[in-house]
Amino acid sequence: MRFAIGLLTILAIASIIGTVLKQNEPYPNYAFEFGQFWFVAFEKLGLYDVYHSSWFLLILAFLVLSTTLCIIRNGPTFLREMKSFRERATDNSLRAMRHSQQLDLTLDEARAMRLLQGHGLRVKRVPRDDGSVLLAAKKGSANKLGYFFAHIAMVVICIGGLMDGNLPLKLGELTGSIKPETRELPQAQIPEQSRLGAGNLSFRGSVTVPEGKSADVIFMNSGNGYLVQELPFIVTLKKFHVDYYSNGMPKLFASDLIITDKGSGKTSEHTIKVNHPLVVDGVAIYQASFGDGGSPLQLKAWNLQTPQAAPTDIKGNSLGAQPLKVNGRDYRLEFGELRVFNVENTGAPGSDDKSLEQRLNDARSVRQDTKALKNIGPSISFKLRDQHGQAREYQHYMAPMQQDGEWYQVAGVRSDVAQPFQYLRIPLDKDMSIASFMRLYAALKNPALYDEIRERTTAKAMQGQAISPAMQQQFSDSVRWVLSRFAQGGFGALEQFLDDKVPADKRQAIAQTYIKILQGAVVDVMDVAQAKAGLPAWPQDAKHYRFLLDSLVSVSALQDYAAPVYLEMSGFEQVQSSGLQMTRSPGKNVVYLGSLLLVIGIILMFYVREVRVWLLLQRDGTRLAMTSNRHNRDLDQDFERMVDYLNKQAGEA
Amino acid sequence: MEMVLQQPLYKRLAAGDWLYALLIIVAAGYSFSLYGSALDYYEQLILAGSSIALVALGWFWPSWRWFFPLAGAVSLLAIQLYDHNLARAAESFGLKYLLSSQSSFMWMCTLFFLATVLSWAGTLSRAGLLMRMGSGLTWAAAVFALAGLFTRWYESYLIAPDVGRIPVSNLYEVFILFCLITALMYLYYEAKFAVRQVGAFVLLVISAAVGFILWYTFDRQAHEIQPLIPALQSWWMKIHVPANFVGYGAFAMSAMIGVAQLLIRRGILASRLPSAEVLDEVMYKAIAVGFLFFTIATILGAMWAADAWGGYWSWDPKETWALIVWLNYAAWLHMRLVKGWRGEPLAWWAVVGLLVTSFAFIGVNMFLSGLHSYGAL
Repeated sequence: MRFAIGLLTILAIASIIGTVLKQNEPYPNYAFEFGQFWFVAFEKLGLYDVYHSSWFLLILAFLVLSTTLCIIRNGPTFLREMKSFRERATDNSLRAMRHSQQLDLTLDEARAMRLLQGHGLRVKRVPRDDGSVLLAAKKGSANKLGYFFAHIAMVVICIGGLMDGNLPLKLGELTGSIKPETRELPQAQIPEQSRLGAGNLSFRGSVTVPEGKSADVIFMNSGNGYLVQELPFIVTLKKFHVDYYSNGMPKLFASDLIITDKGSGKTSEHTIKVNHPLVVDGVAIYQASFGDGGSPLQLKAWNLQTPQAAPTDIKGNSLGAQPLKVNGRDYRLEFGELRVFNVENTGAPGSDDKSLEQRLNDARSVRQDTKALKNIGPSISFKLRDQHGQAREYQHYMAPMQQDGEWYQVAGVRSDVAQPFQYLRIPLDKDMSIASFMRLYAALKNPALYDEIRERTTAKAMQGQAISPAMQQQFSDSVRWVLSRFAQGGFGALEQFLDDKVPADKRQAIAQTYIKILQGAVVDVMDVAQAKAGLPAWPQDAKHYRFLLDSLVSVSALQDYAAPVYLEMSGFEQVQSSGLQMTRSPGKNVVYLGSLLLVIGIILMFYVREVRVWLLLQRDGTRLAMTSNRHNRDLDQDFERMVDYLNKQAGEA
Repeated sequence: MEMVLQQPLYKRLAAGDWLYALLIIVAAGYSFSLYGSALDYYEQLILAGSSIALVALGWFWPSWRWFFPLAGAVSLLAIQLYDHNLARAAESFGLKYLLSSQSSFMWMCTLFFLATVLSWAGTLSRAGLLMRMGSGLTWAAAVFALAGLFTRWYESYLIAPDVGRIPVSNLYEVFILFCLITALMYLYYEAKFAVRQVGAFVLLVISAAVGFILWYTFDRQAHEIQPLIPALQSWWMKIHVPANFVGYGAFAMSAMIGVAQLLIRRGILASRLPSAEVLDEVMYKAIAVGFLFFTIATILGAMWAADAWGGYWSWDPKETWALIVWLNYAAWLHMRLVKGWRGEPLAWWAVVGLLVTSFAFIGVNMFLSGLHSYGAL
């Protein structure tokens, strides 16, 4: 048994490894994390799927063997013990027991039998040579049964686990008849040796099915690749439903499935939800996850080289990729996920410094503060990859967002997946469109307009007596220079110039001047742009001026956007996909049976006490002796109680 | 558990037992008539099963007969004060300072701290009065804990009908459950084995849990009632989680008794504590009961996983650590029952067992990722 305890300890320690090292991840993740040497070392030890590694299974096998041997070894003895009344106990042995007392009373046999049986004991009567009668009684033999149940249960559970394990798979991989696929191929092209037939007795894998589509296989991670498991039926996702709580967490997701049996062609419809799987043909289908299933998108592409041109309409599919030709260059537009709900915390940060009283008040209330949580609407992420393979990732939000009372269209950009997104907010005009901004942007980027612009700006400045006539030319040149520099590189370019050419003590003042010039000139840029487009003049009020100032910020931010096009979301048709997990586990009921046996076994072992009572009825007295398989206070108390009881009974007689 | 040679059950029951049983049956019947149509088949079974279990528990442990109805009455008072409106919690004096779930929990925390101080004062100075006060405060804290949980259950429905759920779904709520169950198990053994002096030790681990609860409330606002994610929307939660905490509570209690035993065997506080043999026996009984419930809880968890996660066993870190805890205590019990070990090595093992259990309880949620990270910090 020491060996068994040792094995239990090793099993426990081995199990820990699998919890600190994430199991069944794709091999490249491990290679990346551990470096080449340790990656190979851990792989040889089987640590990436430790619970199915040969040495772990060996430990389990030894444990089962050890338990079985224990049962076989103890079995006959225990069975004998359970049946025996120990009626052959001699006077001496009765006297030697710890709980043994000679009582100064006599009981007639029938009475004594009734007494014992009244306490739930089973009695065997043995007449002795010297005329005395020994009544050997016992109770609680089920205690030993508990031992059998509990230990047989362990073996049964392990057998069930083995039935559901992937031993045949491992053997197949060892002999080479099964080889995981490592390439990304369409399902139909995956070769035979990576496919498992529908007759496979136990498996567990998953598949993602978009709305309206079907699947008749599932995928299982295996080693450094994956395997395809064929199903005996076809699963079609008719519709996927998702419901949210007011704080943006998913409340419910359910799939309406149509199951078509491959053999008979019969179909049946079912709805599955989390915690409510469907069992078909021995295969349990679980609702595991959900996501975007490739939704048709409509976008408007604004060419940032020629922003005055109207946008072109582009159609795409989320999760798909398509070529994009802009300004004679070839790009690849790789769409990511379409997210229809984006619940964000729009509350102001810095509300963390609370007084003690506020904290106490907060601790009183159980309702979440959801005032700051808002659904900011759909978003699409995509990557724009140039001919050299360089890509930037973008995230565009479709719905206008309000900040400080004005409406913006928000877009995020990043050049590295590990970095957070940097956001750009384009101010929206009264039609909630970015067309006005684009018009302004076009005018700003058009050097041919600079003369007209600077004339207007200078005239305004003269009128407002902000500059003297002598400064006029210089001012005009400055305006042109600032506009040109800003158009080329935004605020950053102006800052660069200051850092390079202007002494430190003068930078602040000159920077202020540049800003003033820009903020003055932008009005004229817009006026020129409006005139060119044949539109009425830009209103001169605070709201519209703010639009222009916001536009300056956006123009500058567009430098970081660094794409030839600005893709604006104009529409979509949501197609969701449902993540299904499917399992066939023939060993499940075996494990459940084992579990039941285990619980019954533990209850019997701990809470049914085996007690033996002997009453040696002699002519001139009675000896009472008791034993139990647990020598503890309970037995002491039982013995005393029995003595009192017998004395009382004899007294009444 | 019980004396083998005793009269049959029905002869041993007194009027109080029958009255209590009647109360439970009537309450269950009334609940069923009010809400039966909203319960699915399994939940109706759970209602029926819990009623029977509550009656059995009351008959088995006499103190339960007043404790459970008292906690229920306190909570019903709170529910009445709410008057179907959650905002009343800030207006009504009774709710604001005493009976809303958060107020109840704060009282629970305060009372547990006080009980710890008084129990230690009593044990150290051998003053019976102080120790009794410590026990009394522990009972009071337990009443507030259970009443608070009932009230919180009701409050979750007040937030919105689809948010309503039993309060055992996240780390905050189960910590309250842990304090409650550990205290109750200790109070049972205290009466049965007359080991009141050891209360000071058990209250230490409860106070540690209370400290965590306070930090978690003030620093992370963990007390806010969050609705259940789809994976937790199941009747399994009602039986798997409480069973687990009977296990955790028993293991925690036995570890602290182990600590007391180790001190006694080194002569520290020996004259103020019960004998090492008595403590040894209590430790064994606690681990036996904990082991039984932990086994049941793990099996229930596996059966739930077969409904929710794609299979009864995924070698998920939480599942695996539950197995490790189970193996640990199975080995402990083997050593005691088969090898006949007693005393010091087992006491040490029980203390180490608490570390293993703690890791399985919160360490996994804090440090490891997996399917069970609902309780993530």
